[in-house]
Amino acid sequence: MPKNLKQLSESPVRLTAGHRLCPGCGEPIVVKQILAASDDPVIAANATGCLEVSTTIFPYTAWTIPWLHIAFENAAAVAAGMEAMYQSLKNQGKIDADTNYNFVAFAGDGGTYDIGFQALSGAVERGHKLLYVCLNNQAYMNTGIQRSSASPLGANTTTSPAGKLIPGKTKYQKDLTACMAAHDMPYAAQTIPGRWRDITRKAERAFEIDGPSFINVLTPCPLGWRCAPEETVSISQLAADTCFWPLYEVDHGEWKLNYRPKEKVPVDEFLSKQGRFRHLFKGDQGEEVRRQIQERVDYKWEQLLDRCGES
Amino acid sequence: MGQLQPLEGNLAVAEAMRQINPDVVAAYPITPSTEIVQTFANFVADGEVDTNYVAVESEHSAMSACTAAAAAGGRVMNVTSANGLALMWEILYITASFRQPVILTVVNRALSGNINIHCDHSDTMGTRDAGWIQLYSENVQECYDNLIQAVAIGERMDVRLPVMSCLDGFLVSHSYEMLEVEDDEAVREWIGPYKPNEPLLDVENPYTMGPIDLYDYYIEHKYSQWQAYPAAKQAVIEEGKRFGETFGREYGLMETLGLDDADIAVVAMSSAAGTAKDVVDKLRDEGVKAGLLKLRCFRPFPGEEIAAALAGCKAVCVMDRAASFGAGSGPLFHEIAAAMYTGGQTVPINNVIYGLGGRTVKPADIESVYRGLMEIADTGKVEQVCTWLSVRE
Ligand SMILES: Cc1ncc(C[n+]2csc(CCOP(=O)(O)OP(=O)(O)O)c2C)c(N)n1
Ligand code: SF4
Ligand SMILES: [Mg+2]
Repeated sequence: MPKNLKQLSESPVRLTAGHRLCPGCGEPIVVKQILAASDDPVIAANATGCLEVSTTIFPYTAWTIPWLHIAFENAAAVAAGMEAMYQSLKNQGKIDADTNYNFVAFAGDGGTYDIGFQALSGAVERGHKLLYVCLNNQAYMNTGIQRSSASPLGANTTTSPAGKLIPGKTKYQKDLTACMAAHDMPYAAQTIPGRWRDITRKAERAFEIDGPSFINVLTPCPLGWRCAPEETVSISQLAADTCFWPLYEVDHGEWKLNYRPKEKVPVDEFLSKQGRFRHLFKGDQGEEVRRQIQERVDYKWEQLLDRCGES
Repeated sequence: MGQLQPLEGNLAVAEAMRQINPDVVAAYPITPSTEIVQTFANFVADGEVDTNYVAVESEHSAMSACTAAAAAGGRVMNVTSANGLALMWEILYITASFRQPVILTVVNRALSGNINIHCDHSDTMGTRDAGWIQLYSENVQECYDNLIQAVAIGERMDVRLPVMSCLDGFLVSHSYEMLEVEDDEAVREWIGPYKPNEPLLDVENPYTMGPIDLYDYYIEHKYSQWQAYPAAKQAVIEEGKRFGETFGREYGLMETLGLDDADIAVVAMSSAAGTAKDVVDKLRDEGVKAGLLKLRCFRPFPGEEIAAALAGCKAVCVMDRAASFGAGSGPLFHEIAAAMYTGGQTVPINNVIYGLGGRTVKPADIESVYRGLMEIADTGKVEQVCTWLSVRE
């Protein structure tokens, strides 16, 4: 049985207040919800990025669980290494066979889609029992909002700036969740911080799986998205309502849609709330890019419905 | 009692690993060390070890997983060469900073480019500032003995540092030699059980490892790491002695030949030092007072001990199996020259770069180095500080 809201609120706090993430940052919301989903011990690996630098400024730490950061591109290998040691010591009887420790890797989209993709793919293929959570804010935020392969078409970032000639990022975002599902891994899912029931249920499911699982969380970043800090949750909901970021899971090869908006909201509603797309609302070129974004959203949505047997 | 056996260097390393029986091995194949990984995988497949063997997708992940596994709290080993070591480079510093005693066998091979699979020391020399202890082996017996000692040295509570145990690619890794293989039980007893230090698997005592560490603390942390190396040097000496007491083969920071009364001496590491020993014997038969310093422990660098050992010579040549491009000489030479100078020595000293990419170094080549030293000893003058040995121009 998934935990209800009361039980979740009573779960031990594993990422405490006092960290220095920006006001309205989506990352701690996601991390707390994921970690609240298990009552078993959890050991975390963290890639370099906003979460890591803002929660562990020496001599302080916001973590009440064992936590390890080694580098940017290796969160999956780090979690895998700890898990490998746990399995070894358990098999040798050096750790109690009845224990059930969970291993979680937290990494940004840069640490996942780009530089850490090889380590993630390798760890998944090898079948380590671990949950990999991508805190996907669609750019390298920690280093000042550079584009990643998760940044969407048209996004104004510091390395895909909206200029006089080029209207922000000229490429679509990589569909990483589908890419992970194509590993034939036991569990891959997408979610948002705006729907606590969806995210905690997915984390619970991931923790019970005897193998690798992957959850890709669209995690608003008020600083990089240039949106209001109090709108983190509602903007993520809008991402689901526009079908820009559908909520679904692939459980042992079975594609399941987890949320179908009553009415598919035009993607402009999502874009217009964020300064990173502001330039798209001026001039013909911007309009053309918004048309392409909508077209892409529609295409990916139909593709997803088809995969989920819902078309 | 141990047993005399003919084994290749790689097989001797694999055998030592089987006896050590680490909790986790995460490794990736690369010539000339691949055979170690393969042989060890067979031990795992046949249930001869308790090791969880993680066949990672790259050396970067190998060293990441090894560092994490060690931090989790257990004994960890790894194997690589050349480009593999270069790919680990970022993580090597972190392993040492975290004070995790990961044990890495490096079968020395030339770094690309151009790509080459044969021996030189450019790979491990390139990691000399990473904070790892480095031991170099002359032959098959030594690479077996050094690996066992590496575990004991690195895991000592006053040390807690990762160790590279290095052997020459092909020259030792693929050479069969007779060696004394000790009994499993004796080896296990000698290294003792692993003693964890603030392990992350201790969930009752959560530990934040690898935080962001800025200008208000980073330098103190580096300084505290700095202070571990004198203890590490002492550990190399003490464990080498203890190894000798148990198994009859004693080791130190270096091995010397004829240095008590030598006029001319060569400093070399690894298999070339074995060749140099024959040359010293030959020259001694001719009445030339030749000597040899074979450096075993390059990190921590025993500068004072080296300067003292070479003090009585009239000319010294440091042989480097690696170039330090742009520096004008090789890395071993830089450090020895600095140690001699700060040790108040004025012995004329020069440098020879040799054997890159597996170029054979013959006794005659090394003899030519000694002949050059005879001239310097006579004149007291070093005409050219660094020369490349037996190279076509
Ligand atoms: C090998 C390496 N390259 C580059 C960096 C610099 N760097 C640190 S964090 C980061 C971006 C992080 O972006 P992301 O993974 O999306 O996490 P976020 O900060 O957005 O949460 C970069 C480029 C690094 N630390 N290591
Ligand atoms: S920059 Fe963005 S991701 Fe980073 S802490 Fe601020 S809001 Fe969070
Ligand atoms: Mg990001």
